[in-house]
Amino acid sequence: MPSKMQIILTACVVLSGTLPASMEAVAAGTRAAKRSKAADVDPRGQVLAFSCAGCHGTDGKSVGIIPGFYGKSPEYLEAALKDFKSGARFSSIMGRHAKGYSDEEIHQIAEYFGTVWTKNK
Amino acid sequence: MNISRRDFNKLIVSGIAGSALGVFGGIGNAYAAKNRVVVIGGGFGGATAAKYLKKLDPSLSVTLVEPKAAYITCPFSNWVLGGLKTMEEITQTYGNLSSRYGVKVMADTAVSIDTARSTVTLKGGAVLNYDRLIVSPGIDFKWDAIQGYSQEVAEATMPHAFQAGPQTVLLNRQLQMMKDGGTVLICPPANPFRCPPGPYERASIIAYYLKEHKPKSKILILDAKDKFSKQALFQKGWERLYPGMIEWRGAAKGGKVQAVDSAAMTVTTELEVLKGDVVNIIPPQKAGRIAFDSGLSDASGWCPVNPVSFESTLRPGVHVIGDACVAGPMPKSGFAASSQGKVAAAAIVRLLRGKQPVSPSLVNTCYSLLAPGYGISVAGVYKISAEGIVEVPNSGGLTPIDAGDDQLMQEAMYARGWYNNIVKDIWG
Ligand SMILES: Cc1cc2nc3c(=O)[nH]c(=O)nc-3n(C[C@H](O)[C@H](O)[C@H](O)COP(=O)(O)OP(=O)(O)OC[C@H]3O[C@@H](n4cnc5c(N)ncnc54)[C@H](O)[C@@H]3O)c2cc1C
Ligand code: HEC
Repeated sequence: MPSKMQIILTACVVLSGTLPASMEAVAAGTRAAKRSKAADVDPRGQVLAFSCAGCHGTDGKSVGIIPGFYGKSPEYLEAALKDFKSGARFSSIMGRHAKGYSDEEIHQIAEYFGTVWTKNK
Repeated sequence: MNISRRDFNKLIVSGIAGSALGVFGGIGNAYAAKNRVVVIGGGFGGATAAKYLKKLDPSLSVTLVEPKAAYITCPFSNWVLGGLKTMEEITQTYGNLSSRYGVKVMADTAVSIDTARSTVTLKGGAVLNYDRLIVSPGIDFKWDAIQGYSQEVAEATMPHAFQAGPQTVLLNRQLQMMKDGGTVLICPPANPFRCPPGPYERASIIAYYLKEHKPKSKILILDAKDKFSKQALFQKGWERLYPGMIEWRGAAKGGKVQAVDSAAMTVTTELEVLKGDVVNIIPPQKAGRIAFDSGLSDASGWCPVNPVSFESTLRPGVHVIGDACVAGPMPKSGFAASSQGKVAAAAIVRLLRGKQPVSPSLVNTCYSLLAPGYGISVAGVYKISAEGIVEVPNSGGLTPIDAGDDQLMQEAMYARGWYNNIVKDIWG
């Protein structure tokens, strides 16, 4: 039995790299390769990115007053999320959400949206 | 701070995760044959799950069982009380789920689940076979918790209006009929219950209506608990917007309602008998009946689940999402139910293909409106740890207590934007 403390310390985020090698996409692939092949969807990036739709609309296509981000480049999205997280960019709520993701996860989210844009081209 | 592969695997197969059988039931089997998913309940959780299952894997056969042709959302039902929304504007339907996504929608009620045979029996007599089942039935009320209260009383005189629809209409009509100078009693339950800020947003919007139309009236909140969601933000807003109009009495001050008399329109607390012109009783709650009847709930009245896949720890192969499940610190909200619906859908797609689910991230945000241009929010981002679902440290939280009027205005507008986008993401 690992001690409770040890569990707490190790247990925050499962990154794709920690999953068995047999498991799809991101575990093995490099990011550049991933973005060029739209079919390769990082399942973890996808499940993280699904959480944005409640406010921004499905795939970032907003129908209301919340800004949409459909089609914005992964670089733009990553920079925006990091600026919200650090507070460099003012927000009413995005900062509180962006702080819920590690920089690596922010990267995964941005890359995932990139694959969606490529697929829809 | 990565959970190790060993810890993650352990989480999936044991302890809080439970149900090793269920999780690995599909692994190693020919997955081509396993593609039938049945979803019970077309609310925030179930409708999201059904749509996202088809989005993720169009080859799945997804059947959504929901008796109502039109689903009226609880979110924004408080706004109806202030004349800020109509009932039509908060009504969602299932046409797009079937025509655009190929979900088979059955207008029926599930009456029993046979987990040994993997079947669901509907009231109309149909028997559905499933490889994976999702149950998102929302809440039921503990009618016997308050003496003198019952479904009949709720429908006739003292609405709960915590399932939107005729109950919302009744409460709205009572407010409109009330004389100026009347008293509105709002009586929320102890935790946990659906939409923790709901009763207090309701008090705010009713105050907005009364201030305009019946300014001599009062709202008294008789609470079964000693603190409530976004309390400081609500109380500050009430002082600014509706000074002297809303009084909140917590449990320690005798706020807990023990009995009601619907003929006399009175409620009885530990200390006194109080009369209301409009009485809104929000009774304690439990998981929706089908969850109960199928052995998915435990002594708490709610359904324990594996935090990675939302598979029941009591009944393998059945996933419980939304208000009915126990999801650690996540509140029972529509946003949370929808987030869980996506996580369960993604997990099921992988399980049916013989793969392990990925560790999810879950989110919630509850916007509350205090007046048309005055909004506040609470946000949370959640991850999986060896303890189950936990809030990511230093993330989420409340609108700052010293937020300026422009931010409060922004949040009120973004609340509308949130509604438009989430209902389109779910039913659109
Ligand atoms: C006044 C109020 C305001 C709220 N405001 C917000 C808000 O602003 N934001 C937010 O995120 N949340 C809000 N909520 C909470 C939100 O409404 C719930 O958390 C959400 O509806 C839960 O989703 P669910 O899928 O678990 O259940 P529900 O949405 O209740 O859906 C359950 C569905 O299952 C169906 N069903 C039940 N049993 C069966 C059966 N046996 N067979 C077939 N179908 C069945 C029901 O007909 C129902 O349609 C509010 C709630 C209230 C009361
Ligand atoms: C609770 C609602 C909510 C959620 C959830 C949410 N956002 Fe936002 N987002 C907003 C709002 C509101 C703004 C406007 C800035 C502000 O006031 O917070 C915004 C702004 C943004 C912007 C800036 C748009 C631009 O044109 O520069 C980006 C990019 C963005 N969000 C991405 C995301 C991503 C990616 C996620 C998911 C990880 C996400 N958001 C989750 C509400 C939300």
